[in-house]
Amino acid sequence: MSAEQRTNPVGKVKLEEEEKGAVLYNVDPIIMKYHYEIDYMHSYAQDSPFFEGLSKGELWGSKCPVCGSTFATPRGHCMNCGAKTEWMKLPLEGKVHTYTTCYFGSQEFLAETPFTLILVEWPDVDTFFLSRLLGVAPNEVKIGMPVKAKFRRLSQFKPTDVYFVPSDI
Amino acid sequence: MRPVYMIAGGITKFAKASPRKDFRYMVKEAFDQAMADVPGLTLDLIDGSVASYFSDHFTRQLMAGIMVHDYLGLTPKPSKRIESGGATGGMCIQSAWEAVASGRMDVCAAFGFETMSHVNTWKGNEFIALASDTNFDYPVGGFYTGYYAMMVKRHMYEFGTTEEQLAAVSVKNHGNALHNPYAQFPAELTIEDVMKSEMIADPLKRLDICVMSDGAAAVILASEEMAHKLTDKPVRISGVGTGTDAMRMADRPSREVILLPHENAADYKDLKYPGVHSFRGGRTAAKEAYEMAGITNPLEEIDFVELHDAFTSSEIQTYEDLGLCKYGEGGKFVESGAASLGGKVPVNPSGGLLACGHPVGATGLMQGVFALWQLQGTIGQHFNGDDTLQIKNAKRGLIHSHAGTGTYITVSVMERGF
Ligand SMILES: [Zn+2]
Repeated sequence: MSAEQRTNPVGKVKLEEEEKGAVLYNVDPIIMKYHYEIDYMHSYAQDSPFFEGLSKGELWGSKCPVCGSTFATPRGHCMNCGAKTEWMKLPLEGKVHTYTTCYFGSQEFLAETPFTLILVEWPDVDTFFLSRLLGVAPNEVKIGMPVKAKFRRLSQFKPTDVYFVPSDI
Repeated sequence: MRPVYMIAGGITKFAKASPRKDFRYMVKEAFDQAMADVPGLTLDLIDGSVASYFSDHFTRQLMAGIMVHDYLGLTPKPSKRIESGGATGGMCIQSAWEAVASGRMDVCAAFGFETMSHVNTWKGNEFIALASDTNFDYPVGGFYTGYYAMMVKRHMYEFGTTEEQLAAVSVKNHGNALHNPYAQFPAELTIEDVMKSEMIADPLKRLDICVMSDGAAAVILASEEMAHKLTDKPVRISGVGTGTDAMRMADRPSREVILLPHENAADYKDLKYPGVHSFRGGRTAAKEAYEMAGITNPLEEIDFVELHDAFTSSEIQTYEDLGLCKYGEGGKFVESGAASLGGKVPVNPSGGLLACGHPVGATGLMQGVFALWQLQGTIGQHFNGDDTLQIKNAKRGLIHSHAGTGTYITVSVMERGF
């Protein structure tokens, strides 16, 4: 508080008025709406090479040098024995393990509906990879269908930099 | 470990929105209902509490647990918050169970709530989807209904489960809820109604999926001595089990089935397990709880089940995890009527999440409350005199709480202790 404020008569001390007011939906009880959003600094940390790989048109999973477990979605350490994994390049062709077409979604993806999600499987890899399938009508997707990876030309450094299409396209 | 009893429970009517009561007031209402059933219990006899709520995003208030504990008049006693996604409520009961079983507390309150009405449904779905790997899963199209849809697609592929069988779960649970005054969405439905409802994520339709809710529930757990002092209808929690699985559905391995005592390895010769068609964590939780409760053939030894049916598909998959039928037979199990009221083992007589609603942190506690009243034989007393849902002579029940794609699952066995 400045010296000037301190010497002001009490009657002149006042909190500044705000112009923006409040968005009220109800007064009994009072229900109001306000907006909030944030900027967030996210690090892919040990998963970073996977996203770098997508920008080069490569798909990387993990392999455990100790027990031999293989993971289509990479992880820094083995879920079966705890050892540090090594990077393992995946073939760009796999098969549909399971699928769904989403006609609704979270707010962030609502504008993209309908979209088809698949888990991709490879014969010699122990686990799967979640991705989107394009280029096929929802009622034509089949479990076991061969699919191949395609990559965005302009990387967003998101897992959607890769997507799959039927192999015969 | 010493025996632990549930002696009272309370619940608010689950609703799409409850703007007149905040989370503290809602829990207080449920808590006071529980207290009213055990008039000898005063606040000073409660040694502490465990709080259950899933998402800080919905509340937009960190440390909401202590605010409720404070509002209930329980400060400065011990309290903590439990969080394990959709299984938070079941885990909260087990945490209170641990406090009493260990001898640390003689009486422990467990309460839970969620207020999901503060954002629109699609933002709510986004909050829930943040409970999936945010590097690899969420950005691909984070939507829990989509994840469960992929799981049941594989179940249908492996075992021939049909969409009509999924619909039968919806018809049963919404129908049961017609007699449950606490349910948010009771409805008399036909298979056709469910089949014709809007497709959300193939094959799951709007009526295959639970709704978002505001609500609260609370239970009181006590030692044997305190239980018998405070009520003539104590219910013993005779077995607890918890199982887990990888957060990413894509990381689920292909191994051998974890067998229950009544099963044979030969039953599952060529089945890769759990893959994404079954919940290994559910089987693990059931196995631990059955061992503690001395159950060797669940179908014969359990009188009813309240399980986590956020999706109709999960109910069918869970029959199998709990060993009520073999893996692959869940669809036929519901079709046979075995899970209906009056069937071999009624499942979700309350209406389950599908019809009662799913205010996440309250859900597992809701199951505890309904199971308690079933075993006490007080359904009619608590349901405005309507005892249609009362299972005659129910001696032993099971509650099952489940988090995202089967990551955390709890099973607790409850039995009549009088
Ligand atoms: Zn290993």
